[in-house]
Amino acid sequence: MTVNDPGSVSAYADESLPAYAEKLAWLEALEAEPSPDQQGRRFATRAWASVWPKLLAIVIVLAVWQLIHVSGWKKEIFPGPAATLANLGDQLRTALLWHAIRTTVQRAVVGFGLAVVIGTVVGALVSRIAPLRAAVGSLITALQTMPSIAWFPFAIILFGSNTSAILFVIVLGAAPSIANGLIAGVDYTPPLLLRAGKMMGLRRFSLYRYLILPASLPAFVAGLRQGWAFAWRSLLAGELLVEIIDQPSLGVLLTNAQDQADMESATAIIIVILILGIIVHTLFGLADRAIRRRWGLTDTM
Amino acid sequence: MSMVRQVNSSKVTGQRPVEAEVTGSVRLSNVSKVFGRGNSAVRALDRISLDVPPGEFTCLIGASGCGKSTLLSLVAGLEQPTSGEVSVSGRVAIMFQEPALFPWLTAAGNVELALRARGFGRAERRQRTAELLETVRLGGFGGKRPHELSGGMRQRVALARALAQDADVLLMDEPFGSLDAMTRDLLHDELDRICAGRRLTIIFVTHNVREAVRLGDRVVVLSSRPGRVVDQFAVPIGHPRRIDSAPVAELAGRITDRLREEMTRHDR
Repeated sequence: MTVNDPGSVSAYADESLPAYAEKLAWLEALEAEPSPDQQGRRFATRAWASVWPKLLAIVIVLAVWQLIHVSGWKKEIFPGPAATLANLGDQLRTALLWHAIRTTVQRAVVGFGLAVVIGTVVGALVSRIAPLRAAVGSLITALQTMPSIAWFPFAIILFGSNTSAILFVIVLGAAPSIANGLIAGVDYTPPLLLRAGKMMGLRRFSLYRYLILPASLPAFVAGLRQGWAFAWRSLLAGELLVEIIDQPSLGVLLTNAQDQADMESATAIIIVILILGIIVHTLFGLADRAIRRRWGLTDTM
Repeated sequence: MSMVRQVNSSKVTGQRPVEAEVTGSVRLSNVSKVFGRGNSAVRALDRISLDVPPGEFTCLIGASGCGKSTLLSLVAGLEQPTSGEVSVSGRVAIMFQEPALFPWLTAAGNVELALRARGFGRAERRQRTAELLETVRLGGFGGKRPHELSGGMRQRVALARALAQDADVLLMDEPFGSLDAMTRDLLHDELDRICAGRRLTIIFVTHNVREAVRLGDRVVVLSSRPGRVVDQFAVPIGHPRRIDSAPVAELAGRITDRLREEMTRHDR
């Protein structure tokens, strides 16, 4: 129907005035801001822009993998992508893999959560209390350089072969990074902002609450991110080392695959672990980007 | 120091409409500030005596390294003098060359935090913040973050935040130094307008002689390394002033000559 179509005019003429006004307002609103449809399309373009490099990476990995498989290197024990992905598909239909994922993720959440609480409290205390800092500051950095797998004999003797031992090592691995992140953030609070805050009358607690803590946020998030990487590594090492047979976890599934020389299952579980790691990494990336945008540290508005 | 000329302050402040109950004043007597110890000690300020009566707009001018910023830090209480006495009556607020806004807060949030520090309740904070942003002509920009504002606008927010502290003495450390000439000129007018309605005593540090004459009731000339008060000039020019007007240029010329004389003496 064209605009000049007399039929359309008469159709409006027949309508009551309020209905017409309503339609007019609706049309104006349409012009004022992009329609939901347009917004949806813009979102789709942006989503695609961030997705296609990842898809390309996956395609490259699969292609190289397939090439190695076709070349016949260790053909009898090293499966190709097709067989491995089929195995993964089969396992995803079993309750066992989901149970294992749940156990591992649960341990990660609890362990990392404990590390965040402990790391934050220690970091806050150490950054504010000078004598404590002299005593504990370098100790925290020393702990950070300690390969967490070295703690397992200690943890197993202390707690026995159970979840507590694993959580203990996760906390030891992650908390120092988190504490150090917070301490670095407090240290690098710009002196000019501190002067401005003090002149405003912010003192002690309010200075901490309204100035130092928000100013430390980017460094704190960086610490959390690093702490997570340590926690995740410690957790998987723990699940391989600490034998908790009655609770299926990703570590237990890996051990089983190794015992049965089941390369397809082992590779499938590795893919699951990789994907879980990427998901959490993406979440931290989003948090980091949100902060940077808020602070005006990015070019993209 | 015999060179210090006492200025008749009542005559000077009479040029600007200031209400009677101005309370903020600053007095420095024989103040010295030395940084470091032994051989590496640097004498930033040397026996400075300065009286800033209530309601006066005093400009401090001098070459870099004359301890202007140190002097403000002493008045603000951020540092302690090595010797001598600093006495300040009234609450002090300070504005830096950088806006020093908190990047995680909006423009309104920055102003509000100053009010929160003074213990105002939520509703009153909201209302006063809106008024203050209106005062610096940023009515519609409360929701913007500092990085979304221009340099001049950021300094306006910083000014609003300083005003939110309801100070009696406002210290300004080259606040317009990093702005372009047009923006600076505009902000001079704004500052005049804002000061006219408030009971503020201002110490304004700058190395721009014309800016000092444009704004000040009095211009105090400091020497470099160590900082000393070498001369003072009353500014008997009525408001409103223009930075490019003949009387401003004439007095600025005289002050520049005096400053140059001091600098060549220093070089010898």
